[in-house]
Amino acid sequence: MTNDMMLHPGLLLIAGGILMAFVRGSARSALAVIVPAVALFMVWQVGDGIFGRVGFLDYTLEFVRGDRLARIFGTIFTLMALVGGLFALRQESRIEVPAAFVYAGSAVGAVFAGDLITLFLFWELMAVGSTLVIWAGGASARAASMRYLMVHLFGGVILMAGITGHVVDGGSLTFEAMKPDSLAHWLILIGFLINAGAPPFSAWLPDAYPEASWSGTVFLSAFTTKTAVYVLLRGFPGTEILIPIGLYMVFYGIVYAILENDMRRILAYSIINQVGFMVTGIGIGTEMALNGAAAHAFAHIIYKALLLMSAGAVLYRTGKRKCTDLGGLFQSMPLTTICGTIGALAISAFPFTSGFVTKSMISQSAANEHMMIVWLLLAAASAGVFLHAGIKFPWFVFFQKDSGMRPKDPPSSMSWAMVIFSAFCIVVGCYPDPLYAILPYPVDYQPYTGAHVVFQLQLLLFSGLAFFLLLNYLKRTLTITLDLDWFYRVLGTGIASGLAAGTSSALAASARGLAIRLGAFGVGLYRHYGPTGVLARTWLSGHMVLWVAILLLGYLVLFYVPD
Amino acid sequence: MLKQHLPILLVIVPLITAPLIVLLRRPLLSWMAAMLASVVTLIIAIPLLQQAVDQGVISYAIGTWPAPLGIEYRVDAANAFVALIVALMAVFVMPYCRTGIAAEVRSEEHYLFYAMMMLCLAGLLGILLTGDAFNLFVFLEISSLATYVLIAMGRDRRALVASYQYLLMGTIGATLYVIGIGLLYLQTGTLNLADLAQRLPVMGDVRATLAALAFITVGISLKIALFPLHLWLPNAYAYSPSAVSAFLAATATKVSIYVLMRYFFTIFGETVVFDARYTGTLLLALSLAAMFIPAVVAIFQKDVKRLLAYSSVSQIGYITLGISLSSVGGLTAAVAHLFNHALTKGGMFLILGGVVLRYGGASLERMAGLGRTMPIAAFAFVLGGLSLIGIPGTAGFISKWYLVTAAMEEGQWWLAGAVMLSSLLAVIYVWRFVEVAYFREPPEGSPSRGEAPLSMLLPGLAMIAACLWFGLDATWSGSMARAAAEALAGAWK
Repeated sequence: MTNDMMLHPGLLLIAGGILMAFVRGSARSALAVIVPAVALFMVWQVGDGIFGRVGFLDYTLEFVRGDRLARIFGTIFTLMALVGGLFALRQESRIEVPAAFVYAGSAVGAVFAGDLITLFLFWELMAVGSTLVIWAGGASARAASMRYLMVHLFGGVILMAGITGHVVDGGSLTFEAMKPDSLAHWLILIGFLINAGAPPFSAWLPDAYPEASWSGTVFLSAFTTKTAVYVLLRGFPGTEILIPIGLYMVFYGIVYAILENDMRRILAYSIINQVGFMVTGIGIGTEMALNGAAAHAFAHIIYKALLLMSAGAVLYRTGKRKCTDLGGLFQSMPLTTICGTIGALAISAFPFTSGFVTKSMISQSAANEHMMIVWLLLAAASAGVFLHAGIKFPWFVFFQKDSGMRPKDPPSSMSWAMVIFSAFCIVVGCYPDPLYAILPYPVDYQPYTGAHVVFQLQLLLFSGLAFFLLLNYLKRTLTITLDLDWFYRVLGTGIASGLAAGTSSALAASARGLAIRLGAFGVGLYRHYGPTGVLARTWLSGHMVLWVAILLLGYLVLFYVPD
Repeated sequence: MLKQHLPILLVIVPLITAPLIVLLRRPLLSWMAAMLASVVTLIIAIPLLQQAVDQGVISYAIGTWPAPLGIEYRVDAANAFVALIVALMAVFVMPYCRTGIAAEVRSEEHYLFYAMMMLCLAGLLGILLTGDAFNLFVFLEISSLATYVLIAMGRDRRALVASYQYLLMGTIGATLYVIGIGLLYLQTGTLNLADLAQRLPVMGDVRATLAALAFITVGISLKIALFPLHLWLPNAYAYSPSAVSAFLAATATKVSIYVLMRYFFTIFGETVVFDARYTGTLLLALSLAAMFIPAVVAIFQKDVKRLLAYSSVSQIGYITLGISLSSVGGLTAAVAHLFNHALTKGGMFLILGGVVLRYGGASLERMAGLGRTMPIAAFAFVLGGLSLIGIPGTAGFISKWYLVTAAMEEGQWWLAGAVMLSSLLAVIYVWRFVEVAYFREPPEGSPSRGEAPLSMLLPGLAMIAACLWFGLDATWSGSMARAAAEALAGAWK
């Protein structure tokens, strides 16, 4: 048993992360690369079957369950930690990278977890790790990290209630496919979906991720949502409700990303959009669709990290994050421009990039199931992705008007990380077979058919044309887009200090009214519960005795009145 | 030979030690006597629990006077388990007192302090073991009187007021309890708990009996600090010496909870207390209020000791919630949390005591940068906090798991949700400490890097370690909690 645990890639990453918090200098840099590399190696040493059994309460926990599905997610997570660690070598925060490794390690632990309690354990650890990553982003990220933590702990509460209910209902603790046929299973599904960024809990993601540091967002983009995709793949394949949820996410991401001005918030919305594709695939539930979802998660982690790395490089060099402040950077940041563009092409599923060979599996499986509407919506969404992430991001950041800034390409560790992931995007796009070979089910799919390539190119060209025709309308002004997160953001800040300035003008008036009321709620809360509040102050003994009398009377009455 | 006298020895040892300490007088000697007595009680408590689990019920007639005439001690898995917790806490707290108390209590009062600790210990153990309703009252008063003195020894002058208020409330509680058992005596003609347990259920719904139940319930609820009768507790914990806070938080309320469970389940019986009336509903409502309202209050506290005190009131809500479910599952959860929370909160108070010693106060503001000045203490405190929240891998998770499972077995889904939501409140107040301790710079004039003396640090660390240990391997604590629950639910019949 101990041997099994020693070889647990997730625990290794976590331990490595904790160790990193205590060392500095070159030892730390070495650890940042060696630990995930060893973990990646160990993912492939996990054989099929169950290892690391541990007794807990009346149950047996299965810390490691090796199978194809766990391995592909374990692979991409450790790979992400490796390249992310390389990218973040220059990160000065002492907390961020160790926290990111704990976060990555718990994501790996979650995908290898054989039972629901172990899953929950790593699930919660993931929430803590990722919160610290956001927290390390600096003073401006603190409030966002707290909102983020609350959403995830709330999700954890729902998940835990679901798991307990599942066990009380006589369900096995083993984590296997289930159907949403009981309250417990619904709760588990909802707990998973909250982490996936599904409605109405999508807003936590663009709220929190862009607040992290230039390297923190890269880590954040990879693990939480994709672990949610994994658990949905494992737990709820073919659950039909996931199709509309996924489609909603797809379009939600597009609409908000088009409206958005902050480059990293654009990419954050596009995470929801991309996860929407995967969730739709899981809802379709055929072997091909599930393969597609897994493959798309794999490809998505790489190109989304690549996009955020290029955005991170820009932020690192310029300190600016709004599209309106940027532009024309291609002249002095050629490498970043090229890598960012490759990532943009990949996310748009341009032929010969990784997005093309994976996303098409999902839409093709919709077609195979004769889900006409789903297929059409996915096709339309592909165009939308090109619009917001494929063109908008590189155009406004690297080309467009000349902002006058001439920052250099980032230092070599960051450049190398971008080059490695760019290479992955192209190699996987040209030679998809090695990726297809590690998918959970056998693959019988050929992405490069003439019709398919032509269809995709036409789609992209026309949406590209639309972009430049509509450019005037897409130019971003200095606004912040409001979303459902407005409710809890305002509630949170309302309790503390009332509404922060800067919401868009149309809503500001009504918002102010509500905020005053929420602020009053906060003040009221403090008045009653605060140190001098009625519920917390030192009471006169007489008042205490009054309570005793009331309670005694209550009991007496209650006992005299029979049921 | 000695083995059959274990029940009485458990109470006698600390009881005799108390006057002995008064005679010894010298601080060091008093401490040694108290330490020795605590260790001996623990050594007695362990085989006693073993015996109780093996044999079921152990009846011990004091002075060999048979039960209805003489006082009987009646030990089963439930009270032996709680007695073990109490003895264990005494052993953890005693080594801590040597340095801890030296800083907080004037040295000429040390012998009094240790004598009072011993009396308190004897009183608590007596409450647990006795099988006689009036004898229980006597021990209740012994432990309470000792507690009043202990609280009043706090350095802060407000300790006197806190102690005085607790004295008032405690006395009212005890009086209500005596009225209750008086009524019972009039009805049944016996004060022996086992006899009561046999006679009461067959009497049916007699109004005087029900009145007795109400008086006993409210009287004991006061000692439990069940919301809204908790008002004495925050000040009592906040202003008493750290060792006393730790010891009381881990034992005093827990022993009273045992008494309530004993009366509800063994003596009156589930049918009288729960099935025929709304006791469960009322207790449930109070428990829910306790889980949420004091937790919110804790969030806003500026003094960490008070924060922990309010958190205790909130955690007591979990325990009474388990009781209100009136099922073996619920009782198991209640007993398990009794144990787990004693470890957690006791450990946290001990760690905090070390911090208070170096910082000269428990105000949260002053603890900025604690993660750097006292790294071990700060980390241990956070671990304890994780257990309060109920993060998997800590003892708190085990209780939460039992409680949620028990609620669901009763089909009370929303209760399971309420338990978890209230633990989110714990996240907030624990986080406030984390934020201050780890993410703020130590202000000018805060103590230099260094931990509390080892004699203070180690007991706290040991308890936090135990809290992790029983979070990872709950086999023993879980089976003990279940045995205790089954014993409570009717083995005396």
